[in-house]
Amino acid sequence: MKIETNTHSKSIIKLAEEHPEVLVLSADLGSSCEIKEFSQKFPDRYFHMGIAEQNMVSWAGGLAREGFRPFIHTFAVFCYRRVLDQLEMSVAYPNLPVVFCGFVPGITTPGGVTHQSTNDIGVLRTVPNLAIFDVGDATDAENVLQMAYDYDGPVYIRQLRKNVPRLFDPSEPTQFNHARVLSEGTDICLLSSSICTEEAMRATAVLAEKGVSIEHLHVTTLKPFDDPTVLEAIKKAKYGVVTIENHTTIGGLGSAAADMMAEHGIGKRLVKVGLQDTYAHGASQMYLTKKYGMDAMHLVAAIEDLLGKSLNISEDDIAEVRFVDFTEV
Amino acid sequence: MAEEAKSTEEIQAAANDIRKRILRFALDRNGCYLTQACSSAEIVSTLFLRSLKFNPSIGDRHAQPFPGVPSRDNMDYPKGWYYYGELTPDRDRLFVSCCHYAAVIYCALVEAGRMDEDALDKFNVDGWNMEMIGAEHSPGFENTAGSLGQTVSIAAGVAHAYKMEGKPGRIFCMLSDGELQEGQDWECFDLASYLKLDNFTVIADINHQQLEGWTKDCVDIEPLDKRFEAFGWKVLRINGHDIDAIDRAVQTPHPMQPMVILCDTNPAQGIPLLEDMVPKHFVRIPADKKDAFEAFYAQM
Repeated sequence: MKIETNTHSKSIIKLAEEHPEVLVLSADLGSSCEIKEFSQKFPDRYFHMGIAEQNMVSWAGGLAREGFRPFIHTFAVFCYRRVLDQLEMSVAYPNLPVVFCGFVPGITTPGGVTHQSTNDIGVLRTVPNLAIFDVGDATDAENVLQMAYDYDGPVYIRQLRKNVPRLFDPSEPTQFNHARVLSEGTDICLLSSSICTEEAMRATAVLAEKGVSIEHLHVTTLKPFDDPTVLEAIKKAKYGVVTIENHTTIGGLGSAAADMMAEHGIGKRLVKVGLQDTYAHGASQMYLTKKYGMDAMHLVAAIEDLLGKSLNISEDDIAEVRFVDFTEV
Repeated sequence: MAEEAKSTEEIQAAANDIRKRILRFALDRNGCYLTQACSSAEIVSTLFLRSLKFNPSIGDRHAQPFPGVPSRDNMDYPKGWYYYGELTPDRDRLFVSCCHYAAVIYCALVEAGRMDEDALDKFNVDGWNMEMIGAEHSPGFENTAGSLGQTVSIAAGVAHAYKMEGKPGRIFCMLSDGELQEGQDWECFDLASYLKLDNFTVIADINHQQLEGWTKDCVDIEPLDKRFEAFGWKVLRINGHDIDAIDRAVQTPHPMQPMVILCDTNPAQGIPLLEDMVPKHFVRIPADKKDAFEAFYAQM
C-alpha cells in the first residue's frame, strides 16, 4: 500500500492556482494543517487570523459575501464545538461558500479529548445547507477540495494530513454523494468512512476468504445522505448492515444509515461500530482504535454477530493482509 | 452623501418621527424596543439622510411575504440590502449588529423615502419580512445579526474584501454597548486594527443599558474609549443626539486605523415619560400610564 504525503497541501495549491478567489484562513494551526507551502506560494491569499476561531468563521462569512472562497484551516474539533453558532449564523444560514478544512478528525490525534472531534458529524448533520465530507484515503484527500468548491455552499471536511494511505484508484476520482464500492456481496452491507475504511478493508479481505459475501462501501459524503448506491447495498444484504466510523455511534454514519433504513422500511439489523457514547483520551491512533472498539477485530465480531456464528479469525490473519499499490498520479 | 443630504432640522424631524412611530407600535402592540429608538433615532437618521453614501433603493416599497430561508434552491430572494441600492464599489455598506433595532431601521427607511409608510403595518406580523429582529431578508439588513458578536466580524470580513479589491466604499457596523461584553467583538477589533482596515467604522449606541439593567451595574465595560485605543483604533466619543457631531464623526479620516464612534445616548431621549422606566430593554406601556403616553403621543 502506497503512503502519500502532503496531499492536501498539493491540492489546495492546485485549487488556488485555478481559482484566484480562493483564500486560506488559519487560526495558528496552519503548519499543522498542511498549509505552509500555500502560505509561501500565495502570501497575499493566506491570512493568519489569530488564535480566535469565532472571529475567523464570521469574518470568512464576510469574505464569502464578497465573492471570495475562504478555506478555513484548523483542527476539526475547533470547526464545530467552539464555533457552532458562528458556523450556523454567519455561514450556514446565509448558505455561503465557506469551506471548513477540519484536520485530525476523530481519534486521529493523540491530543486528547480537547483535540478529538468525536461527535462533529452528529452535531453538524443537523445544520441545514451544510455538506459534510469525510476523507478516507489519499484519493479522497485529493478530490475533496474540488468537490467542496463545486458544491458552492458551506462545506465541512474531515481532512487527513501527512502520511495518508492510497486505498483507492486515483484514476477514479471521489464523487459527490456517491459511495465507492470496494467489494460486492449479498450477506452483509458494510458502510465505512474515514480511517475506518482501511481497518474495514483488512477485515473484509479475511472475511472473503472465510466465504462471507460483503458489499463494502466507503462513504465520503455524509451529508446529504441519500445515495442510491448505499440504499441498494442495504436492501440486498441478507444478514444486515454494519457501519464503522471514526466517531461516536450517535449521529454519524451509523445513524444516517439507520435513518435511511427506517425511512425505506428496511427491517434489518444494524450494528454500529465506533465510539460507544464516550469521549476518548490522548494516545496513538492504533491504541485508541483498539481500546475503543473501532479496529478490524471488532468489525469482525460485529459481522459474526449478524451472521450468528464464529469465523475463527485471529489478529494474525488480519495483520497479514496486504493492499494494492496504486501508483502516484 | 445620500441622494440629497438633508438639513439638521429635517434630520431632527425624521428622528422625532421615528420615536413617534415606535411609540405607536409600543402602544398598539403590547410593547416594542422603544428605548433603543429613543437612543438611536438621531444616529440612524443622520446615517440614512446625510452621512452614508447609498444608491437609490432597489427594494420593494411595500412589505413582502417572508421569502423563505436561504438555501441552494433559494438564493435569489429579495435581500435586505436592496434598500441601500445597487452594490456599486463606491457605495457605503451598513451592517446592523443591534438587530433588535429593526423597527428603527424600518422607520428610517420610510423617513428616507426608501419604503412606503404602509410597510410598517406589517411590522412584526406573522408571515412578513418586517420581523421584530431583522435577518438577511428584512429591509435594511445585510445579515442575520441576532446572535451578538458576529456582525462586526462579518462586516470586517467585507471591509477586508473591499481592501483586497481596491473598492472605495466604506463599511459601517452599528452596535449597542451591551454587545461589547461579547469576546468575539474584541477578537474582531484586534484583527481589524492589525490589518489596518481604515475603511471600517463601528458606530456604537452607548445607551448605557442592557437587558438586566444599566450596563455599569451588570458588567461595566467602561472606559470604552481607552479600551478601543488600546486595541489600536481611532476613537471618537460624541453626544449621540447631536446630528452635526454624528456627521462630522462619520466623515473623520482615520488612515491606517479602523474607527469607532462612541455615541453617548439617553434611552429616554425625546420621551420624558420613559425617564423613570429606564433601563428597559423592551418597553411595555403600563396600563396606568397608557393615558399619559397617549397624550404625549398626540402632541409629538
